[in-house]
Amino acid sequence: MNIGLLWQHEFVQNAFLAGGCVAIAAALVGYFLVLRAQTFAGEALTDIGFTGATGAALLGLSPLPGMLILSLLAALAIGLLGERLRGRDIEIGMVLSFALGLGVLFLSLYATSSGSHATAGVGILFGSILSVSRGDVWLSLACALGCSLALLILYRPLLFASTDPEVAAARGVPVRLLSVLFLLLLALATAISVLVIGVLLVFALLVAPAAAAERLSPSPAGALLLAVLFALGSTWGGLLIAFLGPGQHLPASFCIATLATGCYAGATLGLHLRRRHLSQRPAQPPHPCKGRRTAA
Amino acid sequence: MSTQHNQRAISLHLASERPSSPEADPGAGTTPAAIIELEGVSVCLGGRTILQEVTFNIRPGEFIAVLGPNGAGKSTLLKVLLGLIKPSAGRVRIFGQAPRRGNQLIGYAPQHRTLEGALSLRARDLVGFGLDGHRWGPGWFISGRRRRQAIIEEALAEVDALELADMPVALLSGGEQQRLLIAQALLSQPRLLLLDEPLSNLDISHEQEIIALIARLCRARGMTVLLVSHDVNPLLPVIDRVLYLARGHAAIGRPEQVITSSTLSALYGAPVEVVEALGRLFVVGVDI
Repeated sequence: MNIGLLWQHEFVQNAFLAGGCVAIAAALVGYFLVLRAQTFAGEALTDIGFTGATGAALLGLSPLPGMLILSLLAALAIGLLGERLRGRDIEIGMVLSFALGLGVLFLSLYATSSGSHATAGVGILFGSILSVSRGDVWLSLACALGCSLALLILYRPLLFASTDPEVAAARGVPVRLLSVLFLLLLALATAISVLVIGVLLVFALLVAPAAAAERLSPSPAGALLLAVLFALGSTWGGLLIAFLGPGQHLPASFCIATLATGCYAGATLGLHLRRRHLSQRPAQPPHPCKGRRTAA
Repeated sequence: MSTQHNQRAISLHLASERPSSPEADPGAGTTPAAIIELEGVSVCLGGRTILQEVTFNIRPGEFIAVLGPNGAGKSTLLKVLLGLIKPSAGRVRIFGQAPRRGNQLIGYAPQHRTLEGALSLRARDLVGFGLDGHRWGPGWFISGRRRRQAIIEEALAEVDALELADMPVALLSGGEQQRLLIAQALLSQPRLLLLDEPLSNLDISHEQEIIALIARLCRARGMTVLLVSHDVNPLLPVIDRVLYLARGHAAIGRPEQVITSSTLSALYGAPVEVVEALGRLFVVGVDI
């Protein structure tokens, strides 16, 4: 089977298009997520989103809107509680496990009521990119555009607030508001990432490309670009392997996660090499401090 | 000489970057009225009184060392000046106005901490926040990108960190990171510089370097500096006055007036000895 032939199937087109949108949104949001060291919040939002998705399935709705609504609400709650949640990992963990438990309950109710096997649950947990509909493509395109546009507007203050919230607040940056807005974007990005790669593997798209890029490029703009390239490469590469690969029926999620992890491993290796190169710089500034000369 | 030149170049560049304010020009002929006025200022945080009826004035161009034991309210005082903490009583005036966030006339470098997120950025990105980090939009398409880089590089040169511009912050030493934070605080051409413990985590040679740098900037720009420190000794040759905080109270004056057994005993409300040994001052009898 070649790519041209493959492309004639609508489900293949949908997979590549939705995958591309999701990869871009996840990479951009992921870069700030890594910078802000909020990966636990990312995990929290996907877990709560899982409950939303299974709840929606139980009500006979499409899982994606359910996931979106619940994870956006959770993002709002986490953002508004803000400081009070710091160092409360245990409490957050309890809420998460309760949410996941609820999700399992919904799933089992859904499976009994519809008499089907828990395929919907498997799709949510591990991704179901091959069953993405045209509607999902549009939805993920809208989400990706929304995320990119919002990050473009928030770029400088968000970068400032993410790296040095104290000084940013003193300089008049609305740090709390940015934190809430960012969590909402994160909820959006995780919800559509689940479409491609599932709740359990969402880190592969959200964190791995961004973390790899952050290691390779110290310039924020360069790192964002690299993150998008890594995410797109992993997603499309993973899909190609899944469709054309030797083993036949390799799960797409597995291929994507493997490629993304590979990017991260490669970047870590690259960082070590670059650090070794950079550490050969002159240990001290070549000329003495100007201050002492003029003060004397 | 080159410092003067740089300075003028930067203010020229910035003239179009930020909304011009009437105070933007320090003006040679202005009267040296107080730049900071505190009158009976009290601060309560979480039911605890941090500052109690603190009153003092600071004149333009003064280099002030802020001293005092842990928890005396040194950092809190800076945050009051920045408008980050509202005093529960009293009156605060900076440049004749109430403190407010985002005041471009104030440069601020908080206590040194590990800037987790910033570690992967380049030095020039970190410093650049001081120029336009608070502005919306990505700033990629504005016409002044070249000029922006030139301003950042001039600020880096001023703190002798130009050769670090493209280094990831993670690879820099504590002293180098401190210099970057000072460069960042200087980018908005502040008339008041608030530095919280810039000397902690520095070895002696770097400590001297930073002090000389700040003193030079203070004198060259006529900038007022409040520098929080644990140890007054390395600062004695360069400062004008000390502001000593203890038990929520404050004493301000020349070092030889304030750092005496009688003044500090009254401030602490407990017997305190100031001992001079090896050419250095030591405060004995309390935890400092």
